[in-house]
Amino acid sequence: MEIPYTVSTRPDTGLWNAKVGIWLFLASEVMLFGGLFSAYIFLRLDAPPGMWPHGLLNVPVGTMNTAILILSSVTVVLAWAALKMRRYRAYWWYMLATISCGVIFLTVKLAYEWPQKFEHFGAYIKPEALGKYEQYLGNKHAAEKDLPPRLEITGHLHNRAALNDPNIKEYEVALDPLNADPTNPAMDRPHFFPLPVTDKIAKIEKEDVERATMFLPTHSAYFASYFTITGLHGMHVLGGVLVFIYMWLPVSKKLYQRNPEHLANRVEVAGLFWHFVDLIWIFVFPLFYLL
Amino acid sequence: MSLKGFHIVFIIFSTLLALGIGAWCIWVDLVEGAPIYLAGAICSFVVAVALVVYGVWFYRKMKRLRLIT
Repeated sequence: MEIPYTVSTRPDTGLWNAKVGIWLFLASEVMLFGGLFSAYIFLRLDAPPGMWPHGLLNVPVGTMNTAILILSSVTVVLAWAALKMRRYRAYWWYMLATISCGVIFLTVKLAYEWPQKFEHFGAYIKPEALGKYEQYLGNKHAAEKDLPPRLEITGHLHNRAALNDPNIKEYEVALDPLNADPTNPAMDRPHFFPLPVTDKIAKIEKEDVERATMFLPTHSAYFASYFTITGLHGMHVLGGVLVFIYMWLPVSKKLYQRNPEHLANRVEVAGLFWHFVDLIWIFVFPLFYLL
Repeated sequence: MSLKGFHIVFIIFSTLLALGIGAWCIWVDLVEGAPIYLAGAICSFVVAVALVVYGVWFYRKMKRLRLIT
């Protein structure tokens, strides 16, 4: 049995069926991501001073990934236009470029950005012990400069076993530049290019620590939101890439030879989904990386 | 909305993002006085102009090919 209205429009809606379907799906996606963005904004607005991490993400890498997604939106629409003009070879190349952009985006996210976070450590100091670690926190300097209080010491954890072993009484941390030189005015703001961890080691006693964790979703509401939203977005990118790979494989050429308009319509709905996913990133990037 | 219509909307949002990044870079440059941010601002504004040029080119091309009626 042939599925009706895959190419011709339905008389009652004036649209072919897949287009109605994709817009209904995208409406549900707006509600999904809208809820998550709302949660992020309210968590951030409600965070006590000093409790919302800032400047922990790699802005140049995030910018590059944003450019890659914008480029992929251009190539997918050119792929669709090529099909409309019945230029299959051009479609094939544009689709390959789109798939490559998606794969590069995911690779950067999963093989570079996320693992970099998993290697980083942060210890929130108890309020009564903040003075003891003033040399790493520089709260007097922060107060003079009207900056939010610094409650966390971050860097690379040398003795990872300390996270789970109650017999180890202190964390040995190779400090981030901010904690290594907290009164340096250059450390008052996040840097465009992230600075490497220093050689300076701090020993933080566990009894002075309110909570300590690697930069995982358990670290803070910030990282919980970051990993949830970028993870969900990444799954959407993966889904889009898989659909594009299917449309790029020889199996789709058979459909093109049989009914090119049907393939063009399939590419159009997949392209609409891809544009939506890219549009989500247009909001994710400034929210998490810049503001 | 069709793909080409959504694409134009997407390009508009991308342009706004590029302008926003440029404004952010200028703001940080005013606070920190770091030249790298000024360079970032210039790059962002160039990208914003490029996106506008592309958007106009895309619209005209689609119209010429009768893909936008």
